[in-house]
Amino acid sequence: MEKSFKKQKDKLSIFKNLRQRNRKNKNTREIPEDLFKKCPHCNEIQTSASYKDNVCPNCGFHLPMNAYERMDLIYDGRYKVLFTTKEAPNPLDFPGYGEKIDELKQKTKLDEAVVCSIGHIGKIKCVVCVMDNRFMMGSMGSVVGEKITKAIEFALKKKLPLIIFTTSGGARMQEGIFSLMQMAKVNGALARFKAANLLYVSYITHPTYGGVSASFAPMGDIVIGEPFAMYGFAGRRVIASTIKQKLPDDFQTTKYNMDAGFIDLIVERSKCKQTLGKILAMHQGVRHG
Amino acid sequence: MGRFEKVEKARDLKRPNIYDYINNIFDDFIELKGDRCGGDDSAIIGGIAFLNNQPVTIVGHLKGHDLNSNLKVNFGMGSPSGYRKALRLMQQANKFNRPIISFIDTPGAYPGVESEQKGIGEAIAKCIEDSFNYTVPKISIIIGEGGSGGALGFGVSDQVVMLENAVYSILSPEGFAAILFKDKDGSRKEEAAELMKLTALDLFEQGIIDKIIPEGDLNSNNFVYDKIGNHLTQEIQTLSRLDKKTLLHNRYERFRKY
Repeated sequence: MEKSFKKQKDKLSIFKNLRQRNRKNKNTREIPEDLFKKCPHCNEIQTSASYKDNVCPNCGFHLPMNAYERMDLIYDGRYKVLFTTKEAPNPLDFPGYGEKIDELKQKTKLDEAVVCSIGHIGKIKCVVCVMDNRFMMGSMGSVVGEKITKAIEFALKKKLPLIIFTTSGGARMQEGIFSLMQMAKVNGALARFKAANLLYVSYITHPTYGGVSASFAPMGDIVIGEPFAMYGFAGRRVIASTIKQKLPDDFQTTKYNMDAGFIDLIVERSKCKQTLGKILAMHQGVRHG
Repeated sequence: MGRFEKVEKARDLKRPNIYDYINNIFDDFIELKGDRCGGDDSAIIGGIAFLNNQPVTIVGHLKGHDLNSNLKVNFGMGSPSGYRKALRLMQQANKFNRPIISFIDTPGAYPGVESEQKGIGEAIAKCIEDSFNYTVPKISIIIGEGGSGGALGFGVSDQVVMLENAVYSILSPEGFAAILFKDKDGSRKEEAAELMKLTALDLFEQGIIDKIIPEGDLNSNNFVYDKIGNHLTQEIQTLSRLDKKTLLHNRYERFRKY
């Protein structure tokens, strides 16, 4: 008797659950979170599908792109990720720094703020480093410096062209003076790389500041800027508080930097792969396709 | 002594500045000016001189001894034209086979609109990169404040030495506290200085610098002038004996290790 009663109850609860689920759907009309996107520049709301390569279809604003999205954008097909590491030094024993790194590794699935790789762009083999500002704002600590240095040394050994996509808040403050030393280490590797007459293309994306803007970012044989990228040594706030003046509206934009003579060309994301392909071909002396 | 007291000592206006060291250590100094791109920066100076019988090129930051002179030299905060002038002089030193000595004494590069527009980042980056190409002995001396990229622009050498009461760091303790502790009134600058490990002794222990030069009695600077003069003479002799390839290799490895 009790058994059949329970059976009946189970059956009823199935219907109850079903009713509840239907009711929920009817009342809330939930829209999947990522169906629409609001552009931080023009504030227009558009469907996410209309954002090609994270570019606003309304105003053309280039939203940040993570390292893997960038590599998918530029490479012909498959590529190989290089120099991943488990290292996470904390030379100053900065409180909470180790935990923060662990948390970010979990969250972003990155090992640090840069991904180094090798692959083909327009059929030409090259080494590409892409910084990713989801990881500590892309700041440069020992691991970032070491990975980029290894990538430069590797490109030199293999006699391959090198492309670095920058985005960085600057030096990794939590690593103190060791962070500063990375600027020297990376530029030392670049000096050797350039002495071998190999091509280095620096690709500035939003935002690129501080230590990176005073080490490898400006040193490209060719420096490309992405539209809307902010690029400078000191941040707007620091400068404004130092000089106590209003800054020009376009201060430190890619256009501003191009007019000032520090960027060769501004390339829209839709032409990123194509432009890099042409530049690489011209340095190899072979025209493909 | 707390680390922030060291910072205050390093910033003391009474400390000798680059001209004091030049006048008391070197002979026949001839100052050379201009970046050849349309400017000259008063915060960064350079020139040629004799160290005993050895011709050398000297570049470095200039701080004043009082407010008025500091206003003229922008408190030792270099602008792009200063770094480009130094770059030109260092390249010339390389051409004429003269050792390069750089004196570092700056809170950091100047953060301003013109500084950005003229490419302060690029100017410093080029100084750093080119330092790996010079086939002449190169020695850096941090004499007061070694602040940030502005200091590192002159800090890539075969040997980096520091005076006993100098500091060298990624940022000022005040800036560090503002960024990492969200400190707005400077109340945590002491704590920041402790954490940053920015004294000569800290940096020697961490392998960032190669030697600490004692300053002796701070009322008479002759002691420190002698110490620096002797050290430079000796080290330039040692470094000059290395062939160019070894010199460049060692300099690369010195910074590769970080």
